[in-house]
Amino acid sequence: MSHRAKMAIGILVVAVLVAAFYLPGLVRHVFRLARPERTEEQAQREVTQPPVITPTDVNVKAKIFWASTTSPGILEPVEVQLPLSADPVQRSRQLINALITQVPAPEQRTLPADTTLLEFYLLSDGTAVADFSDSLSAATPSGILSEQMAVDSIARTLAASVEPIGRLKILIHGQDTETLAGHLDLTGFFLVRAESPPAAPTPPAAPGRKAAASGLTPPAAPGKLAH
Amino acid sequence: MLDPAHGGADAGARGANGVLESEVVLSFASQARAALERQGLRVLLTRQGNENPSFDDRSAVVNGQRGAIFISFHISSTGPTGTARVYSLPPVSRASRPPSPTGTERTGLALWDQAQDAYNVLSRRLAELVQIQLAQRFRGSPEVPATAAVRQLRTVAAPAIAIEISSVSVPNRNPLEQMAPALAEAIVRSVADFQTVYEPGAK
Repeated sequence: MSHRAKMAIGILVVAVLVAAFYLPGLVRHVFRLARPERTEEQAQREVTQPPVITPTDVNVKAKIFWASTTSPGILEPVEVQLPLSADPVQRSRQLINALITQVPAPEQRTLPADTTLLEFYLLSDGTAVADFSDSLSAATPSGILSEQMAVDSIARTLAASVEPIGRLKILIHGQDTETLAGHLDLTGFFLVRAESPPAAPTPPAAPGRKAAASGLTPPAAPGKLAH
Repeated sequence: MLDPAHGGADAGARGANGVLESEVVLSFASQARAALERQGLRVLLTRQGNENPSFDDRSAVVNGQRGAIFISFHISSTGPTGTARVYSLPPVSRASRPPSPTGTERTGLALWDQAQDAYNVLSRRLAELVQIQLAQRFRGSPEVPATAAVRQLRTVAAPAIAIEISSVSVPNRNPLEQMAPALAEAIVRSVADFQTVYEPGAK
């Protein structure tokens, strides 16, 4: 065998060894590229908002309030099977996460997709404090109707499944914010359940009847901020 | 007092085709002003051009007028196109409010942040009258007004409502501009009706 042939065989052997070393990594990379890419929103959510799982979780049908597909400007409850905690704080977190992430159809969305619930507190007087990421303020469509539906969907979803909450305070990134997206006042509290908390007297109900009959949210209903 | 919302750097709702809430509401308010002045009423606007007074600046203008009413104009981002909704603040509830400084009850002074409290019932009545007129002119609009915690209304010491027209998601401004005359007419009619319950001595 000539010297040249020996050199060629040697180079080939080295090449095969190098290929054998890198091939598994290359295959893994190809498979990773073939998988659908996570959106930035999903990646952010995995970091900031892991699924809330507690030892007391029980699968129940919870009512989540999203925008109606048939009546524009109205919220409708959708029954969703969810593992819900017995602890009201964890339960509230699970419900709000579902409200954001399990929207049946895009046109039913009331809260921006990339909104995350940063913190949730429940005080002894029935006051809940929900602290959302900036996206709630920045990405909610500007307008009285859309902002009202955003808050209403949170308040009514909590009212349907969390007993001790009487009123709700919304913070944006830990801050008291003047408006949600230019219209709806966030400086006060939104009624979640008018009759529930000890510190929450029932508001006057006089002008609400007509609105309730027409399908509009009456003045004293969950989500309403009264002054 | 007519209040074209937003203005300046705050354009309000923005349509995909470039329709800006701040521009259209200024046009609505200008046409409503002309229609009301033809009835002999004195009308002020919270902004004349593309400036953006704060919520409190706008409230200060109306709170300095005796016997005024306040109508704030808005265009929504969503909702059925060509419809109009009227809002007043919900009824007063201590549960929904942060604690007040002590002593105000004894002096009888009204807190700036709660200026709308005393006008809640009148505002609701004005909202009902305007919504009835709008429902007759804009098909698909609700027949009764809604309540919502509209920030601008909270500091107004006068009967105060917000009108929101749907929506900026139109191809251009024309469909919205075409609503302006009927909107102005509805406001003229409802303000005339409201004067009978608001002006002292009137029936």
